[in-house]
Amino acid sequence: MKYDILIAGVGGQGVVLASRMFALAAMKAGFRVSTAETIGMSQREGSVSSHIRIGDEISGSLIPTGHADLIIGLEPAETIRNLPFLKKGGKILVNSHAIPPASKPPGSPEYVPEALLAFLEAHVPGILCLDFTQLAEEAGTYRAANVAMLGAAAGTDMLPFSKEIILAVLETEIPEKHRAVNRAVFEGAIKKIKLSSGHPDQEQKVKSNV
Amino acid sequence: MTEKKLLMGNESIALGAIEAGVQVVTGYPGTPSTEALETIIRYADRCGIYTEWSSNEKVALETAVGAAYSGARVLVTMKQVGLNVASDPLMSLTYIGVTGALVLLVADDPGPHSSQTEQDTRAFGHFANIPVLDPANPQEAYELTKLAFELSHEFEIPVILRTTTRVSHSCGDVELAIAEPAPVEASCEGFTKDRRWTIFPRLTAERHPWLEDMQVQLSERFSGLPYNSLSGNGKIGIIASGVSALYVKEAVKGFEELFTLFRVGTVYPFPEKAALSFLKGIEKLIVVEELDPYLEEQVLQLTGRAHLPVDIYGKKNGFFPVSGEYNVDLVIDGINKVLADLGEPSHLSHASPAVLREELPPLPVRAPTLCAGCMHRTVFYAFKQAAKQLKNGSQVETIFSGDIGCYTLGNAFPLNMVDTCLCMGAGMSIAAGLSRTNPEVKQVAFVGDSTFFHSGIPAVVNAVYNGADVTLAVLDNRTTAMTGHQPHPGIGVTALGSASKAIDIANVVRSCGVEFVRTVETGSLENCVEAAKEAMEFKGPSAIVFKGKCVGITKSGTRLTIDPEICTGCGFCVKQLGCPAIFLPAGEDKPLIQDSCSGCGLCAQICPSGAIREDGVKE
Repeated sequence: MKYDILIAGVGGQGVVLASRMFALAAMKAGFRVSTAETIGMSQREGSVSSHIRIGDEISGSLIPTGHADLIIGLEPAETIRNLPFLKKGGKILVNSHAIPPASKPPGSPEYVPEALLAFLEAHVPGILCLDFTQLAEEAGTYRAANVAMLGAAAGTDMLPFSKEIILAVLETEIPEKHRAVNRAVFEGAIKKIKLSSGHPDQEQKVKSNV
Repeated sequence: MTEKKLLMGNESIALGAIEAGVQVVTGYPGTPSTEALETIIRYADRCGIYTEWSSNEKVALETAVGAAYSGARVLVTMKQVGLNVASDPLMSLTYIGVTGALVLLVADDPGPHSSQTEQDTRAFGHFANIPVLDPANPQEAYELTKLAFELSHEFEIPVILRTTTRVSHSCGDVELAIAEPAPVEASCEGFTKDRRWTIFPRLTAERHPWLEDMQVQLSERFSGLPYNSLSGNGKIGIIASGVSALYVKEAVKGFEELFTLFRVGTVYPFPEKAALSFLKGIEKLIVVEELDPYLEEQVLQLTGRAHLPVDIYGKKNGFFPVSGEYNVDLVIDGINKVLADLGEPSHLSHASPAVLREELPPLPVRAPTLCAGCMHRTVFYAFKQAAKQLKNGSQVETIFSGDIGCYTLGNAFPLNMVDTCLCMGAGMSIAAGLSRTNPEVKQVAFVGDSTFFHSGIPAVVNAVYNGADVTLAVLDNRTTAMTGHQPHPGIGVTALGSASKAIDIANVVRSCGVEFVRTVETGSLENCVEAAKEAMEFKGPSAIVFKGKCVGITKSGTRLTIDPEICTGCGFCVKQLGCPAIFLPAGEDKPLIQDSCSGCGLCAQICPSGAIREDGVKE
């Protein structure tokens, strides 16, 4: 068994925390696991990615090109930046809520989230795209977009472990005062993703929040 | 009973050290090494371990050496560039040796992800005659830490545990011998006076043959250890260490009949006996390693000495890159190049991705930047204004020298306020040097509070003593921010959080002989600009200690808003500050302030139309 997950986003979005949740869930499910995390300089509004490798074969923590079974993108541009890691037939879960770079250095291309989301739609069949930031905000805090995406991944049954296992990990890993809101975000996302994957509504799926 | 836990490489090193009975731990934070000491701090009280964040790596090592001379088991943590700072005591220590045990954790950073160099600590071990262990993942990091303590104790020598970013910052399921760290059994006999602790030419002459003999003994010992292992049964040999060995394993999966992999876990002294038995019968050898061609040089030497007819493919003949981080794809490419050269038919294949890199649309550059509300932005902006006024008034240009810390990010667009950055503590001394060769130009040096204590003070002393005309700006955000908010001597808190004597930076600067010293809070841009101007106009060394908060550890103030009725859409706030909280939505002409605003108010202070307010109209 091998299952490679890549989580991409911007510093401060909770990429590393989300990858720890997956890693702990994988262990709880009896798998071996290895993660590679971006720590330090890039965290300050820079691009951040975490690789999670689940399976029996011990490998290096970096997913090779074209090997990821699932990419979870907390932000459209960062999802595309990491797209070459996705294997053919791999799945993508993307947050349509865009985070434009803090500054636009001379020569940096314009950020048009709609165009990037359209690119994703065109190149990866069956992509699941929602405004997870808004979803999290509705359930209590926009900061829990990462947990909303964990919930969405669990809700679509694409993971090698159950949503109950992830929920159990959330219960032990998230400080008590934030637990209730995170649980609400997690469960809200499961419901929402079931609805949205049941009735694919292109209009809603590519709607960006900016 | 063993237990499996999800641990980061640095955490597993910490737990390994505690299990090995570590009693004293010192270090200076540096990515990717920092979490090792941070983890030990968590268990320090419970396990009776003395821990400290030292003011720099040399001090950390020397403090640890004092404890080790007393028979304690000690660990010192740093990153690869930190080892340069500690190299002076280290090069002598290797002759003297230790009792107890002394292990240096040194984390290398191929890539580099957050470092000023791509140097290789394996080479440093060779240079200093210190054994080096090179784990490949968190599990091995845990096991090799324990081995490092054993070896150090048995051979009475310091041992380097060398990791790389992908080991230190990788998380994995680690099987621990002890589920929860237990109190360390303190056996430390105390310091015994002996001439062996005082390095002298005579002692050095006596110890050098011992040191050389030790390398032979260790090489013998290493050859029998399971951390140097063989897998596969092919005629083409591959040698690799650390995480590169895992990349090779994955790259050659399914081709085990073609290759034999020799994984080296104890890299210095090179396990020659084990290597020789591997090399026998092998005619083609591929060396896969990040950073220096260290293993390559070892096997070149060994095959030469043993007259083995082995062709070696590595960095030296261009089959593998000499710099940068490796990964499975890169290793596949390198091995394929060798296979093609050998006329071998079977080539390793890459997976074909869903979307090729060439097919990606142009993506916005997302460079790391100062946080929203960071006090450094105010100081940089203030000096930018002061320098502009100086230029307009008297045509004098200004050069800004920085060094290592969050404030290195002051070089980013649109601030562009770091003209030089070399290493920790170098801002002031480089500015002093520049002042000698650019007498008509104003020199300003930035230093962080932690860096000031690390290696900034000697530069201040030197500037004063030699009369350099430099303005020093100390960016005092009350923490070591870049590496994760460790305390330092200016804060009045120890590594464990207990109160201690805070060393006042302004007083230190004064006592170094700087006559112009001001302390300014960064809340008011106007005050900062005024202070900057005054300091720059002062003849001779001057200093300002800017005091502000690090938004990473302090509570945010009230979020600001832009009143769209008043905002003229001039874009000044966006173009001048590069604050990540202010952004201009595509196609719009008026910017918005986002949730990440921490309420520093700098944008309100520069807005020409007064549209940004704390109590502004909500959009």
